[in-house]
Amino acid sequence: MHIQIDEISKEFGSTAALTPVTLGIPSGALAALLGPSGSGKTTLLRILGGLEFPSSGRVLFDGQDATGLSVQERRAGFVFQSYALFRHMTVFENIAYGLRARPRVSRPADAEITRRVTKLLDLIQLPQIGTRYPSQLSGGQRQRVALARALAIEPRMLLLDEPFGALDARVRKELRQGLREIHDNTGLTTVFVTHDQEEAMELADLVVVMSMGRIEQVGRPADIRARPKTDFVREFISV
Amino acid sequence: MSDATLVDLQRRRAFRAPTNEAPWLRVLLTLGVVGVLALLLFAPLIVVFVDALAQGAGAALASLANPDAESAIWLTLTVTAIVLPLNAAFGIAAAWAITKFDFRGKAFLITLIDLPFSVSPVVAGLCLVLLFGSNSLIGGWLVASGYPIIFALPGIVLATLFVTFPFVARELIPVMIEQGRAEEEAALTLGAGGWRVFFTVTLPNIRWALLYGVLLCNARAMGEFGAVAVVSGKIRGQTATMPITIEMLYNEYLSVAAFSMAALLALLALVTLTLKTLLEWRYADQLAANHRH
Ligand SMILES: Nc1ncnc2c1ncn2[C@@H]1O[C@H](COP(=O)(O)OP(=O)(O)OP(=O)(O)O)[C@@H](O)[C@H]1O
Ligand SMILES: [Mg+2]
Repeated sequence: MHIQIDEISKEFGSTAALTPVTLGIPSGALAALLGPSGSGKTTLLRILGGLEFPSSGRVLFDGQDATGLSVQERRAGFVFQSYALFRHMTVFENIAYGLRARPRVSRPADAEITRRVTKLLDLIQLPQIGTRYPSQLSGGQRQRVALARALAIEPRMLLLDEPFGALDARVRKELRQGLREIHDNTGLTTVFVTHDQEEAMELADLVVVMSMGRIEQVGRPADIRARPKTDFVREFISV
Repeated sequence: MSDATLVDLQRRRAFRAPTNEAPWLRVLLTLGVVGVLALLLFAPLIVVFVDALAQGAGAALASLANPDAESAIWLTLTVTAIVLPLNAAFGIAAAWAITKFDFRGKAFLITLIDLPFSVSPVVAGLCLVLLFGSNSLIGGWLVASGYPIIFALPGIVLATLFVTFPFVARELIPVMIEQGRAEEEAALTLGAGGWRVFFTVTLPNIRWALLYGVLLCNARAMGEFGAVAVVSGKIRGQTATMPITIEMLYNEYLSVAAFSMAALLALLALVTLTLKTLLEWRYADQLAANHRH
């Protein structure tokens, strides 16, 4: 699905988190929002997911105005920074949550839910952990369960807020590869937030460099490396 | 080397973990705590039961079977049954509003929730009398239309509601602040509506705090004296709750009757405590999962 962000701004009281930003993300792209802390990456991602509403501007999905769509109607698979797994549910129930939350007419039967959850557990290569609780998982396992839970609703796009932030370097590399594969297999338009320029450059097709609520540059990793538009971008990607 | 000799060796070396105090200090502290508990908690409890049974179990039970006593017991149970669900709902709503939203006057609302803790119950009762008594505008109208508040069940319920209001909210607020909004937001992105999120995510996550709050609220609701004494008018067989009946019986030197009812009240509190302990024991694993995550 093509995502178009049209002159979006966001203020929290008197602080401007986003000064008008405009950005197009082509269908099927894997895009990274890259920038230092406080640059407005999370805010932009939450606006896409419908968790936050812009002060002005529009969001278009496949050319259709989606600004007023509720968070449920957006059908965005959202992976939170701290994963936000339901602590009182097993991994199985976590992944099944979105399917069980569907209105009765479109809710799959129990057998179908079990089949889909099992398939997703295979996909994230953790087939055995369905009966565990989130507190019994490692950080990397939690991250993968959160991804499976987001995929279970057959989302129209995948939004991830610092998906690898809290993990050690080796697990991070592994999961990066995992995300790349899932993206390539599903063809979902995917946006992830990171402040790690190496991660953005290595994983994304499209890198969006942000600073202080503005978009500094948008481009393919190689182009940004070769031709940084501003001093800020040059400095940020050189570290 | 056998286990026994190993233990022996350690004991001889007087091995001590860095977090442990010296043995004599530990014994002293433990004795001190046990002593205070015995003096302040167990001794009164035992005295109540001893005095209640001073003339045998028959006399105690007979005093409780008295129609006025029965009415008091029913009244207290009725008031508690009305107050608990209401205050659970209010408490959840208040804690929800405070922890999940940002709005003006939040600090004021938090102070307001604590008000019943800082205002003397007698003063609270007097305020209700001023507001709803037959001499007031609202009260006069209500009495004329046949719905008296003061010296009747509604007044007792209102007074108890006021006094026990903070318990649930106070238990919930810290837990809900600590848990944040992320899980609720996750549920929303997965397509769940507001009520579904509340019943499948919010409520299960706060159920232990809610249970503690409700139990505390329950104990206080059954035991409330000051505010209820003012608004109830202490009409025997009609508006006298258990604590008020105890006081009246005691003032009339009917000590077996007074202490029998006091023992019953204490027993109700003990049942609540036992219930809590049983639940904790039964769901220990979930409780741990809730805290560790
Ligand atoms: N709910 C909120 N209330 C008030 N201000 C907010 C809120 N959310 C974000 N902000 C402000 O908006 C700005 C952008 O925040 P945002 O969370 O989008 O940054 P970020 O790029 O995700 O940073 P980080 O890398 O630290 O997560 C910051 O100045 C932040 O203080
Ligand atoms: Mg962020």
